[in-house]
Amino acid sequence: MRKAIICTFGILFLTLALLTAQDHSHHNHDHNHSHDHSSHGHDHSGHNHDHHGHDHSGHNHSHDGHHGHNHASHGHDDHGHGHHCDCGKHDDSFDAGAVAFHHIMDANQFRVFGDINVPLPCFLKSDDGFKAMLSSSFGNAGHGNGKYAIDKYVMVHGTVMRVADEGFPMGKVEVNCYGHEEIVKDGKELPLFTVSYQGKCWKLHEKSTLDGGILGGGITSFYDFSITKNVFTMLLGFLILFLLFRTAAKAYTTRKGMAPKGIQSLLEPVVLFIRDEVAVPFFGHKADKFLPYLLSVFFFIVGLNLIGQIPFFPGSGNVTGSLSVTAVLAIFTFVITTINGNKHYWEHIVWMPGVPAWVKIILTPVEIMGMFIKPLTLMLRLFANITAGHIVLVIFVSLIFIFGGAPSMYESGNMGGSILGTAMAIPLTMFMMAIELLVAFIQGFVFCILSAAYIGAAVEDAHH
Amino acid sequence: MTGTLAALGAGLAVIGAGIGIGNIGGKAMEAIARQPEAAGDIRSNMILMAALIEGAALIAIILAFFIN
Repeated sequence: MRKAIICTFGILFLTLALLTAQDHSHHNHDHNHSHDHSSHGHDHSGHNHDHHGHDHSGHNHSHDGHHGHNHASHGHDDHGHGHHCDCGKHDDSFDAGAVAFHHIMDANQFRVFGDINVPLPCFLKSDDGFKAMLSSSFGNAGHGNGKYAIDKYVMVHGTVMRVADEGFPMGKVEVNCYGHEEIVKDGKELPLFTVSYQGKCWKLHEKSTLDGGILGGGITSFYDFSITKNVFTMLLGFLILFLLFRTAAKAYTTRKGMAPKGIQSLLEPVVLFIRDEVAVPFFGHKADKFLPYLLSVFFFIVGLNLIGQIPFFPGSGNVTGSLSVTAVLAIFTFVITTINGNKHYWEHIVWMPGVPAWVKIILTPVEIMGMFIKPLTLMLRLFANITAGHIVLVIFVSLIFIFGGAPSMYESGNMGGSILGTAMAIPLTMFMMAIELLVAFIQGFVFCILSAAYIGAAVEDAHH
Repeated sequence: MTGTLAALGAGLAVIGAGIGIGNIGGKAMEAIARQPEAAGDIRSNMILMAALIEGAALIAIILAFFIN
């Protein structure tokens, strides 16, 4: 029994890690597709020391006029060397929304504070081949941006992107700065990232996602298989849970017949709670078959929620607030429900007994839709709750900067306002942290109990 | 314009979910007051029902988010 739990843990987490590594779809980050020719060949207007030295701002202007929809970036100030980058437009003021948005996203490096980043391994695959390196080899130009382009790859705001253009040189070259603008395509605003190199703006591709463009994104010129911030946090969570459960499981042999002690007495009530309150009511005599899965998702979600609440280095990763992770968890529940569904379950979906035929014609499509909506809501509920918590916390901390009226995140503003903001931010943040602590457990429990309800309905014995 | 409409839609979804979860919470409190010995069962069912309502609201909010 205990061994089964540990084995399930191992398999579940390794699968999760691999799956997310392959497809961390950037749900909240639309990708630009290769067919919008927006800021190509924007020559910049002379701030940088380039060889050409021409001021092509007139050209740039006409281009903007042509598109007519270029918006100021959302507070992403990209001026790596302390001056403005001419790729894209800039709004230097502090934007709490952008900071929060940036925080909840996955990244290829782990930011500790300021410009100090923990390097993470990058595994990148493009038409030019496979490339493995540390994220620190991009150098540090501040604000999470890299100093160098390596084989066309660049680091923008902590995320690896690739120059879409063929003419860009391979190997390690120093780039100037990064730009960000919004372009409008098919009525949707899409972000377009650019890098300035030798006086030219080069359009950047974000990594490919496998969602087929439903959540934005799509197939671009490269795939990213890196150990990102989320994957790193997930592996850390896996390690912590593994050690905890290994210790607890060992105690059942070394301390046989004795009262539980230490970690064992921390975990045993929780395991028993899940068994008695979730598994047994929904599965009856089949509880032991599904208990390992329920315990795995419960501890995985709660563990990562709690790691995400730690505001400094090993924590703060928004793993359970990432759609790909919650999607994988929901797919697990869906697959288990579907393969374990008995005759009784399928009968009630496809052709329910004792219902007039004309009602069946209406009900069957609804039931079939319901099969897919259940895991969809599982996925969205966890994602939205955790992401919302992270965003609210960042916004509350941002009150300090909003009241301080600082022109940007790295400059100082007005002291009195900052103190007022701090006085508001501290109690609000503490209150929110307490709520989030509760939410961390409730969402783990809700995911677990709803999975049990869905699977339980599929394996229930016929009783009519 | 679509952004404003999406925000309105998200707000309406939240109102609906608020009414629903409020009802569940109120009724659960009443039930616990009537039968304190069943508090455990009522509480876990309350959370389950609140989570289901939340699911409907979240779909609306996510849709608003993507349409925006």
